[in-house]
Amino acid sequence: MTATIEVRNLRTHFFTRDGVVKAVDDVSFSVASGEVLGLVGESGSGKSVTGFSIMGLVDPPGRITGGSILYQGKDLAGLSERTLRMLRGNRIAMIFQDPMVTLNPVLRIDTQMIEAVRAHAPVSHSQARTQARDALGMVGIPSPEERLSAYPHQFSGGMRQRVAIAIALLHNPDLLIADEPTTALDVTIQAQILAEVQNLAARNGTALIWITHDLSVIAGLADRIAVMYAGRIVEAGESEAVLDRPLHPYTAGLIGSVPSRNRRGEALRQIPGTTPSLLRLPPGCAFRTRCARTDAMCEQEPPPAEPLPGRMARCFHPLLPVPA
Amino acid sequence: MTSVVLPSSRPREETPFRRFVSQFCESRLALVGLAVFVLIALAAIFASLIAPQNPYDLAQLDIMDARLPPGSSSSVGYTYLLGTDDQGRDMFSGMLYGLRISLGVGVGSAIFAAAVGTTLGLIAAWFGGKIDAAIMRLVDLQLSFPSILVALMILAVLGKGVMNVVLALIVVEWAYYARTVRATAMVERRREYIEAAECLALPWRRILFRHLLPNCLPPLIVIATQQVARAIALEATLSFLGLGVPITEPSLGLLIANGYQYMLSGKYWISFYPGIALLVTIVSINLVGDQLRDVLNPRLSR
Amino acid sequence: MTVPMIELRGLSKRFGRSYDAAERMSRAVARRFGARLTDDTVRAVDGVDLSVMRGEVVGLAGESGCGKSTLGRMVAGIMPPSAGQILWNGQDVATLPPDRAKEVRLKVQMIFQDPYASLNPRLRVAEIVGEAPRVHGLIANGGFDEYVDQQLRQAGLDPAYKRRYPHQFSGGQRQRIGIARALAVQPEFLVCDEAVAALDVSIQAQILNLFMELRRTLNLTYLFISHDLGVVEHLSDRVLIMYLGRIVESAATDQVFSHANHPYTQALLAQVPRIEARKRRFTTIKGEIPSPLSPPAGCHFHPRCPHAFERCTIEAPVLREIAPGHRSACHLNDQG
Repeated sequence: MTATIEVRNLRTHFFTRDGVVKAVDDVSFSVASGEVLGLVGESGSGKSVTGFSIMGLVDPPGRITGGSILYQGKDLAGLSERTLRMLRGNRIAMIFQDPMVTLNPVLRIDTQMIEAVRAHAPVSHSQARTQARDALGMVGIPSPEERLSAYPHQFSGGMRQRVAIAIALLHNPDLLIADEPTTALDVTIQAQILAEVQNLAARNGTALIWITHDLSVIAGLADRIAVMYAGRIVEAGESEAVLDRPLHPYTAGLIGSVPSRNRRGEALRQIPGTTPSLLRLPPGCAFRTRCARTDAMCEQEPPPAEPLPGRMARCFHPLLPVPA
Repeated sequence: MTSVVLPSSRPREETPFRRFVSQFCESRLALVGLAVFVLIALAAIFASLIAPQNPYDLAQLDIMDARLPPGSSSSVGYTYLLGTDDQGRDMFSGMLYGLRISLGVGVGSAIFAAAVGTTLGLIAAWFGGKIDAAIMRLVDLQLSFPSILVALMILAVLGKGVMNVVLALIVVEWAYYARTVRATAMVERRREYIEAAECLALPWRRILFRHLLPNCLPPLIVIATQQVARAIALEATLSFLGLGVPITEPSLGLLIANGYQYMLSGKYWISFYPGIALLVTIVSINLVGDQLRDVLNPRLSR
Repeated sequence: MTVPMIELRGLSKRFGRSYDAAERMSRAVARRFGARLTDDTVRAVDGVDLSVMRGEVVGLAGESGCGKSTLGRMVAGIMPPSAGQILWNGQDVATLPPDRAKEVRLKVQMIFQDPYASLNPRLRVAEIVGEAPRVHGLIANGGFDEYVDQQLRQAGLDPAYKRRYPHQFSGGQRQRIGIARALAVQPEFLVCDEAVAALDVSIQAQILNLFMELRRTLNLTYLFISHDLGVVEHLSDRVLIMYLGRIVESAATDQVFSHANHPYTQALLAQVPRIEARKRRFTTIKGEIPSPLSPPAGCHFHPRCPHAFERCTIEAPVLREIAPGHRSACHLNDQG
């Protein structure tokens, strides 16, 4: 199965007044058609910037400083803005945490969706409207014909996110990047959105990169998981394997912090300390200031290793299962 | 025992003020504007030391030296750098003293109007309901009249004089402050740190002036710089029309008015140089105000 | 039977617009011509009864628009109720004399959701934490610095940084500052309004552990408001589920999570993503949460309830005890 998208050694740095922030530092992964990759990390891990880098939406003072993003053999990192614009919203689409990032509050939904359709396809106004109406129906919006004439503020938060998803899927993209789209939504609405996206991706063979900090959401959704910390992927593998038998101490710490993994009333297992500032990363392994297993070796940056087949971990002391 | 947590970054002592200053200095134009304004302000303050002549002292004036072009020498010995007006007054000295009046009136009225307007705006935002309605109707009433008209009416009643002009300007200006501060305060009032202050049972006066006001400052500062420029221009207009400061204490506006009749007969300098001074003052204030607006705005949307 | 520390009786909060003369006239005219105009009143909290005993942690769970935050603010004294009573140790707080009322006010403190908006950005940390105790005379003369240091340490912060401003701290640290500020006035009851919702998972664990520790060391009582059922389950002794302003179920934590009675609670629990779950098809409750401006008649949940019948559309079910300590508001319980 050829990969829809393959990211190799991606580096995106932000050149700020206070120094260089290596938001994404040597990140590699690939996603095949119909596959769901969960990109997991906390704030400052670089997961969102990775998504923006693939879309070419990194604004100054940031830019992609190294690596390649291969889509159908072409390196997206080197393409002109014009070419990227033809791909964006067409073959590669993105949805965001706040649907109002996608939706213009002063335009009606049909205006916006028709514009999105005709940006990449030479169809007539009425044909575009029909497509828009069908797209709304597909994402589960009741009475789509009436809702087309509405404004974004007349929809609830969950509905708006559905509209944003509908717009993203208008041209049946090969790759959909979802940046925390359900974080701000209620559990019941979140479940609906997850169901819709799962459906649509499976039906159309869309590759899906789901960016989140919520391990519980990704557990039910993703085929594979990549865990990010301080701009690097510290662990990657099949989601069941990563969640049941994490190799990297950070992954284990994250899983351990989830309340449902702890006995009721007992202190939660917590990772001590806080994420280091990306301006002042300690040399070597970025996690070593908070890791119980650290030693002198960790002052060198751990390279991506494969301690078990199909599992990647950047750690000199991965939590290997004790051999029988 | 949970471990003690340190701030992950250890930056240099960075107060909000220092951050603000460094952001302000990013615009060279604004710095130029600030420098020019400071220069003008200093010139106005030290006018008595810089000016070769005290233009208010009738004894120093020589009517024979009236309407001399720039560069002429006076009977007393010094050069009339910018010429003289129809009273024999040295334009340069007249301008320096005039700047004093203009700046004094402009800044003074702005400060008092800000104090009055801000307090009323905060109270309106805090209490809401009828108090808010009453204050805002007053503001609406005030703002629906053209400022010149209101100022003229007040001065017609009170008569000419520097303090009367200041009073008139305060009455004209306070409403802008009240409206702006009220809008910001209404937003800030809903923020959780104000709710926290209420939860901690702090007295409302304390919350208003110690918590709410400092966070409503950004638009207030921007308005204030604009208003100072407006006040200076308004005072100039009033004096030009002959209803502002008295002849004995001419401001830039009055100087311009005095020389108006000579504009077309070749004696341009009597109006021209005060006009330039007024222009430069107002432009420099506006440049500073523009940069302030840019710096203070992004910080509002955190 | 000991007196509950906090008791709410029939507590309601209505948000509405009062129309001025011109609007009233025009609305009357419009109605005359047949326009159906609703009064824009939102029943954010609708007749809630609740008691919290000393030392308990009561979890209040529900989705957005259910009124839990409004309820929390009324308990903390920030928002005046429209109807009903709040009793502190048996006394109605509305009837207390001003100085006693202020005392009670300080005993109930709130931890807010947004660590970025809940601290005054213009004040230094020392001032944020120490202002209220100083104003209320809780600090002995000359003991300001020491008092502030102690509060900061209690919240897990290094007092050396108390001269810093909030923007120099991370989200988790700011939340600790907010906790120190609340503790500084020596409260007995803490209302935590989504206090960890805005934090990363690893920081969330730290703050939750801090809450549990403070409960032990300072003998605090909590009302823990959250939409995150995993967190609520871990922390609470008792759980209440709210939907559109009403409490629909109330029981001991393990009862709610293992023997949920109300259909909404059941659906909610079924949809919570669990880390143990593996790649699965997400089940959903049909429909959206109705707008609080026009809640469904009868039982608020009936349009989305798989078991709704006729009675549910007419009559609002009452919160009744269905098992010892377990109350639920559902007509299904009345059927034999």
